Amino acid sequence: MQTEIKTENLKPGRVQQIGPLVGLGLIILALSLISREFLSITNIFNVLRQISINALLAFGMTFVILTGGIDLSVGSILALSGALSAGMLAGGMDPWLAVLAGLAAGTVMGAGNGVLVAKGKVAPFIATLATMTIFRGLTLVYTEGRPISYDSDTFAMLGKGYFFEIPIPVIWMLVSFVIVYLILKNTPFGRHVYALGGNEEAALLSGVRTDRVKIRVYAVSGLFAALSGIILTARLNSAQPTAGTTYELDAIAAVVLGGTSLAGGKGWVTGTLIGAMIIGVLDNGLNLLNVSSFYQQVVKGAVILLAVLLDRSRKK
Amino acid sequence: MTEPLLEMKGISKAFAGVRVLKEVSFTLAPGEVHALMGENGAGKSTLIKILGGIYAKDEGRIWVDGRERTIRSPREATQLGIAIIHQELPVVPQLTVMENMFLGREFTYKWRSIRWNRMREESQKYLSQLGVRIDPDQKVGELSVGQQQMVEIAKVLSLQAKVLVLDEPTAALTNREIESLFEVVESLKRHGVGMIYISHRMEEVFRISDRMTVLRDGTFVGTRETGSTDMDQLVQMMVGREIRERFPRRSLRMGGERLQVEGMTRKEKVSDISFTIRGGEILGLAGLMGAGRTEVADLLFGVERLDAGRVSIDGWPVTIRRPIDAIRAGIAYVTENRKEQGLVLSRSVKENLSLPNLGALTSFGILRRGVEKRMTEAQVKQLSVRAADSDQEVGTLSGGNQQKVVIGKWLAARPKVLILDEPTRGVDIGAKAEIYRLMNRLAEEGMAILLISSDLPEVLEMSDRVLVMHEGRISGVFDRDEATQEKVMIAASGGGKLAD
Repeated sequence: MQTEIKTENLKPGRVQQIGPLVGLGLIILALSLISREFLSITNIFNVLRQISINALLAFGMTFVILTGGIDLSVGSILALSGALSAGMLAGGMDPWLAVLAGLAAGTVMGAGNGVLVAKGKVAPFIATLATMTIFRGLTLVYTEGRPISYDSDTFAMLGKGYFFEIPIPVIWMLVSFVIVYLILKNTPFGRHVYALGGNEEAALLSGVRTDRVKIRVYAVSGLFAALSGIILTARLNSAQPTAGTTYELDAIAAVVLGGTSLAGGKGWVTGTLIGAMIIGVLDNGLNLLNVSSFYQQVVKGAVILLAVLLDRSRKK
Repeated sequence: MTEPLLEMKGISKAFAGVRVLKEVSFTLAPGEVHALMGENGAGKSTLIKILGGIYAKDEGRIWVDGRERTIRSPREATQLGIAIIHQELPVVPQLTVMENMFLGREFTYKWRSIRWNRMREESQKYLSQLGVRIDPDQKVGELSVGQQQMVEIAKVLSLQAKVLVLDEPTAALTNREIESLFEVVESLKRHGVGMIYISHRMEEVFRISDRMTVLRDGTFVGTRETGSTDMDQLVQMMVGREIRERFPRRSLRMGGERLQVEGMTRKEKVSDISFTIRGGEILGLAGLMGAGRTEVADLLFGVERLDAGRVSIDGWPVTIRRPIDAIRAGIAYVTENRKEQGLVLSRSVKENLSLPNLGALTSFGILRRGVEKRMTEAQVKQLSVRAADSDQEVGTLSGGNQQKVVIGKWLAARPKVLILDEPTRGVDIGAKAEIYRLMNRLAEEGMAILLISSDLPEVLEMSDRVLVMHEGRISGVFDRDEATQEKVMIAASGGGKLAD
């Protein structure tokens, strides 16, 4: 009997995992051939810094998508958390406390999404579409539609500083990546996320508290959105009321490009990091090549489509 | 003999270099029921998919009505009068019976508006040809699985099918529905329709078929007249060796009462269910579909909440609000549908086996993956799951092996009470015997087992006592010695009440 098992079925994950990496490699190769600046140390750190915010949002999004959900509200949570932190700083609060308060606010907002999905049984798309609008509205109310600026070098350092040669946001991204990787791989919570996304009923019947897991994944997504909001606020020296608009789309794109299934249950955060890099490298490369920003959007969309189509044809 | 309706000769097929069918031959006469037998993986479904135009054959020839044909697509198969009724019925539950029957080929006026009366008449015509009473205006989702199947059969009749493949048609039917299905099969025979019948239920195959063809490991073993074959011969042809016992025996060593259920009630589902199971005992729970058997299991496991009643384990009362409470109390539940409820198909054997046991595999919040790996590999070996290794995706295993994983995931926690809901449905004979042996071993180790099954021989042979349910209540309790098919059936259909 053993011989009847088709070898291609043995490790179906592996091919899928290599695909995004190969794609990234090809894009990097092509761009380094076309542009000499591309592979300079300065530019590499530049790219990493540019992708850090999207990567952080996408890490949180990975949890949500692995459970079969989606979180459209991350851009708005980013803006509101950033604004709250900036507001508290402007009011004279200790910068570290302001950071913690911002992170806590984002986590609570995310948990709110989770409660709507888990307890209210609202479809994730609808729940987070609604809260996306609500949180954006609250941001506009809180900021009165104007940027909030503050005066704190400690806080600004979180977005603009360097640790040796490495930009601080890149450190945030790499540390977060390692933590997320370990959580998904080595904790019961990680397993519960995959099980819930793969088959909710089977997970429930195996003793997984599915409601709790759902609330947690949206809370994690909110936490990462808040962290991104703080970094963005720090980098710009002010909180913008429209910050993060449409960022959720790039975050979703990074997750999908990384090979994580929108149906849930399958995927990995390393893919998400690669996906975020693909988007970032593409943006950067097209800039270096002086491609107009209008065309850049067309190219980016086409690359996403191409990646997903390749993925489909491989699975057939 | 009349000219065959269908003849397949020397059919071979390979996937990625692996030959799954080797020169298989098969003939079907008009008005014949021809059973296609074999264990899972024997090549039955590949052969059927070639006939249905889903796979292309590598070698061999096919004649339909005496003319050689190539079947390149499901559409061509339909045009040749070949229809396949799958286990999972492709119906649209929100549409009515007639809308389903004529989906994609509705009767319309010239201006493309639907001729409802014509649709109603036509669907009525085919439904009454089958001798079933189903309202063409009813939504298909409101019908029972058996009725949905009748609609599907009526639909293929309306497509003028002459060759009908029935793939495990009785797997989800109640006994009464099975009887009406058999009546339909008889009437189709009289109309000259040839049927290929696939089923794991031996009793059924012997009752309904005229001939049987056995496949094993992709090769043709033989074709026999049903009348001149007995079950032992058939089993031997299928597995290639004698299976000494279909139902292995075990030594009886009963312990104290492990599970006590008193007055279990859930509005409109079950009322006043009381029973006990002792350690080492297998209690069979029989009844028709919808009698409330699965609800009893769901209530015990906290999938649904009790309106009234008490549950005790080893004499201690337990409160069960959700599955995790039941697991902590020592109850394990192997659910009826392994794909929907039992397994996360997209994940590995290892992850499925460890899912209910993650707590025990975690220290300081970190999963001990080395321990997990060793534990699950040992289980794979112990349960003889046929997988390359524990990282193989569960969805790629055969049904019997998937079922072993579903049972296995509960064993690491050493439960006190094991609920098995239809543990051998859709599982082949070899794997069935292995599952029975496993049940016996677990009982011998002192577990209390509740066996819910629609397979009567299974319930009667494996259980120490049989509890029968009818419309949410217990309608009969029989000891092993006094339980017979007749008594259980009478109690299951509510007939026991007449005797009171």
